[in-house]
Amino acid sequence: MSLLRIEHLSKSFGGVKAVNDVSFALAPGEMRAMIGPNGAGKTTLFNMVDGQLRPDAGNILLNGKSILGLPPRAIFRADVGRTFQIAATFASMTVLQNVQTALASCARQTTSLFRRADDLHRAEAMDLLRQVNMADQAERPCGVLAYGDVKRVELALALANKPKLLLMDEPTAGMAPAERIALITQTRDIAKHRNVGVLFTEHSMDVVFGFADRIMVLSRGRLIAEGDAEEIRNNPKVRQIYFGAGAEPVR
Amino acid sequence: MTAASLAVQFLNGLANASTLFLLACGLSLIFGVTRIVNFAHGSLYMLGAYVAWSLTQHLSGGVGFWASMFGAAVAVAALGALIESALLRRLYRSPELLQLLATFALTLIIRDAVLYIWGPEDLLGPRAPGLAGSINILGRAFPQYDVVLIVVGPLVLLALHVLLTRTRWGAMVRAATQDRDMAAAVGVNQAILFTSVFALGSGLAGLAGALQLPREPASASLDLFAIGDAFVVVVVGGMGSIPGAFVAALIIAEIKALCIALGSVDLPLLGTVAFPKFTLVAEFIVMAVVLIVRPWGLFGQPQSIQRALNPAEPPSHAAPRWFYWLAGALCFALAVAPLALGETSYALVLAIDIFIAILFAASLYSLVGPGGMHSFGHAAYFGLGAYAAALLLKSAGAPMPVALALSPLGGALGALLFGWFCVRLSGVYFAMLTLAFSQIVWSIAYQWDAVTGGSNGLIGVWPSQWLASHTAYYWLSLALCVAGLVFLRIIHLSPFGAALRAARDNPLRAEAIGIDRRSVQWRAFTIAGAVGGLAGGLFAFSKGSISPETLSVSRSIDGLVMVLFGGVESALGPIVGAAGFVALQDTIARHVDYWRAMLGFFMLALTLLFPGGLAGVWRRRS
Ligand SMILES: Nc1ncnc2c1ncn2[C@@H]1O[C@H](COP(=O)(O)OP(=O)(O)O)[C@@H](O)[C@H]1O
Ligand SMILES: [Mg+2]
Repeated sequence: MSLLRIEHLSKSFGGVKAVNDVSFALAPGEMRAMIGPNGAGKTTLFNMVDGQLRPDAGNILLNGKSILGLPPRAIFRADVGRTFQIAATFASMTVLQNVQTALASCARQTTSLFRRADDLHRAEAMDLLRQVNMADQAERPCGVLAYGDVKRVELALALANKPKLLLMDEPTAGMAPAERIALITQTRDIAKHRNVGVLFTEHSMDVVFGFADRIMVLSRGRLIAEGDAEEIRNNPKVRQIYFGAGAEPVR
Repeated sequence: MTAASLAVQFLNGLANASTLFLLACGLSLIFGVTRIVNFAHGSLYMLGAYVAWSLTQHLSGGVGFWASMFGAAVAVAALGALIESALLRRLYRSPELLQLLATFALTLIIRDAVLYIWGPEDLLGPRAPGLAGSINILGRAFPQYDVVLIVVGPLVLLALHVLLTRTRWGAMVRAATQDRDMAAAVGVNQAILFTSVFALGSGLAGLAGALQLPREPASASLDLFAIGDAFVVVVVGGMGSIPGAFVAALIIAEIKALCIALGSVDLPLLGTVAFPKFTLVAEFIVMAVVLIVRPWGLFGQPQSIQRALNPAEPPSHAAPRWFYWLAGALCFALAVAPLALGETSYALVLAIDIFIAILFAASLYSLVGPGGMHSFGHAAYFGLGAYAAALLLKSAGAPMPVALALSPLGGALGALLFGWFCVRLSGVYFAMLTLAFSQIVWSIAYQWDAVTGGSNGLIGVWPSQWLASHTAYYWLSLALCVAGLVFLRIIHLSPFGAALRAARDNPLRAEAIGIDRRSVQWRAFTIAGAVGGLAGGLFAFSKGSISPETLSVSRSIDGLVMVLFGGVESALGPIVGAAGFVALQDTIARHVDYWRAMLGFFMLALTLLFPGGLAGVWRRRS
C-alpha cells in the first residue's frame, strides 16, 4: 500500500488554480522530487498535505486513511514531518532546546508545568543533532545561526516524531552547492535507514536528478509528468518548460 | 413593555448607533491605513464634547450651536493632525506594543489636560436651539434632537463612501488599507495621506463627542467608556471596515435598546429579571458570538499568522547556583527588615505596595514576554481576584485566609472565560479584545450596586487579627510574592513554558511539531490571571477597601509600563520595573498634581527616544 496517496487534489486562490486536479502516490522509503517553476503550486500542495490549507476538492490518504480536515498538529502526530520554504525554528531557544521542545511535544509533555525542560530528552535530542551534523552547535541560540544551519535544525525538528513521511519544501534553498549535496545526502541516508518516504521540492537539478527515485513536474497547478530521472529528462513537455523556447533551466 | 416604548427605544437605539458609528469609523479608518490602534481615540471623543461645550458658551442661537459642533470637530481634527505628524509618524516602524503605549500615554495627558482646563465637574451642554422639543411616537415623547442624530450616521456613512470610492484621495486610502507596499509603489505620498486620514478620523470622533453633548454631560471619564465601546464596534465590524463599523454599531445599539425596552420582566424560574442591567453584558455577548463565528469580524479580512517581528530574546536556562544564594540572601534581608524598621515605619507600607506590584507585573510579564501576548486588560484579573476575596469575606462570610487563598481562583476563572476568546486573535486584535473585556468587567463592577457596591466599591475588607499589623502583612505579602515568582519561573523553564515560547517565536513551526498553540496560550493566560488574582487579593486586604478603580485600564497600563521599564527580555525585568515604578510614583505623586500626565510624558519620551523598544537598549548596555 502506498504511504501517501493524493487523489484529484485542487485548490484555487481567487481565480488562480494553484493546484489543479493532482493525483499521485508515494511509496514508503521513496525519495520523490517535485519540480516546477515558481508559482507552479508546490508549496500550496505541501500546505494541503500538512493540514494548513483545506483543499477545494480531492482527497489525501495517509496509509489508506483520509487526513482531510485534520489540523497540522494532528497530521504531525500521524507521523508526518515538515520543513518550510522559509526555515522555521524557535529563535529564542538554543539548537538543543529546539529539538528538546519538539521531543517533549511528541511525548505529550507540553502540559507539564513542573518538570525542567532542559533536563528532558537530552540524549535523544543530541542524537538527532548528530544525524544532521549540528551537535557541535547544540548550545548556540537558533537566532544567530547561519541560514544553512537553521535548515538543518529544522530537519532535526521534522524528524523528532520519527516520521514515516517527510515533506521538505526547498530544503536546500539559500545554501552553497557543497552544502546542498551534504544536506540532501544526509536526508537520503536517514530516509533509507528509517524507511521514510520523502517528498521534496528543489530547484537545483543536480540534486533532483542525483538523489530522487522519482520525479514529478508541476506546471501551473497541473501535474504534467512523472517518472524516473531518465524519463523526465527525455519528456518533451518538461523539456519545453525547462529548456525550450529560450527559457533558462531554473537555477 | 408596550409597542410605544419598544418603538421609542428602537429610535433611541438608532440615535445611539449614529454616535457609536461616528466614534468607531474613525478608529477603523485610522487603523486601516496606518495600522496603528489609537487608544487616544476615546480621548478625542471626550475632547470633542468639552470643546463643543466651551464654544456653545460663546456662540448662541441655532447657527452658533451648529457652528460649535462643527468647530469642535475641526479643532479635534487639527489636534489629530498634530499628534500624527509630531508623534505617531516616528513610530510606524516600532514594535506594536510601543505604538499602543504611546497612544495610551496620550490618553493620560489628555485626561489631565481636560481636568486642568475644565475642572472635575460634569458640564451639561445646552439643548440644540429649535430642537429642544419632542415629537410624538405612538403617544410617547421622543426628542427632536435624536431624530437629527439618527440621520447623521447614515449621512456620514454615505459621505465616507463617496469620499472613498469617488475621489483620488479615497483611492489612495483604499490602496493603503489593502496593501501598503502597493500604495507606495503607485506613488502615494504617505506623509500627507497618513496625516489627513488621522485628522479625518479624529475629527469624526470629535464630532461624535460634540453631538452627544446635548444628551449627556461632558465628563472626564468619557474617554474610557468611549474607547471600550469603539473597540467592541470595530472588532465586531472588522478592523478597517467602515460598513462593518456601521452594521456593528447598529446591532450593538439596538440590542442595548431592546434590553432597556424590555425593562424588568417576570420570567418563569428566574423571577424578576432587570434587562436594563444587561446592556453591557449584551455588548460582550454580541462580540463573543461574532468572534466565535468570524474571528476577524463581520466585514473584516482574515488575518494571516504573523511571525514575531521583535528580535529574539536570549535562550532561557535555569539560573546559576550563585544566583539562588543571592536571591535567598536578599529574601532573608527583606524578611528581617521589619525588625529593624519597626511596626510604624512607612517603608513597610510602601514595601507591601511594591510586593503586590511585583506580583502583578510578573504575572503580566508571563503573558507579554514569553507568551508574546500583549494584554492591555490585565487589571481585570487583578480586580477579579480583589473582588473575589472581598466578596468571599463580606458576602459569603469566609475567613480572611480562605478568601485570600481563593482570590487566584477569581482571576483564573475570569481569564479562563475571556482568554478563550482572546487567544483566537493576535497582535493588536488581541490587545483590543483584552482591553474591551477589562472594560466590561469594570462596567459590571461599576454598575452592579447590589453585589459590588457600584462606584463606592466594598469597604471593611480587613485581614484577620493575626495578620492585621503592618509587619505581619508585610511578611505575608513578601512570602506570597516570592512564592508567585518562583511558581512563574518554574513554569517558564518547564516543557509548557518552552511550548509557550515556541508558539510565540514561530506559530507555524509550533503547530507543525504538534503544539496546540491556542491551548497553550489559553493555559498561560489562565495562569497569569490566577497570579494576577492573587496580587489583587493581597491588594484588597492591604487597603481595606476596593473600588472599580482596582480593575481600571490605567492599572493595566501601569503594569505594562513596569514590564517595559524593566525590559521584556528578562524575568528580572518586572521585579526591577515594578519596584522602580511604585517608588517613583510614591515620591512624585505626592508632590505633583498631575502625576498621570507626567507619567504620560515620561512614556512618550521613552518611546520617542527608543523607538526600537527599551529591551534592545537594556541589552546593549549589559
Ligand atoms: N495564500 C495565497 N493567497 C493567494 N494566492 C496564493 C496563496 N498562496 C499561493 N498563491 C498562488 O498560488 C500559486 C502557487 O503558489 P505556490 O504554491 O507558492 O507555488 P510554488 O511553491 O510552486 O512556487 C501562485 O500563483 C501563488 O501566487
Ligand atoms: Mg514554494
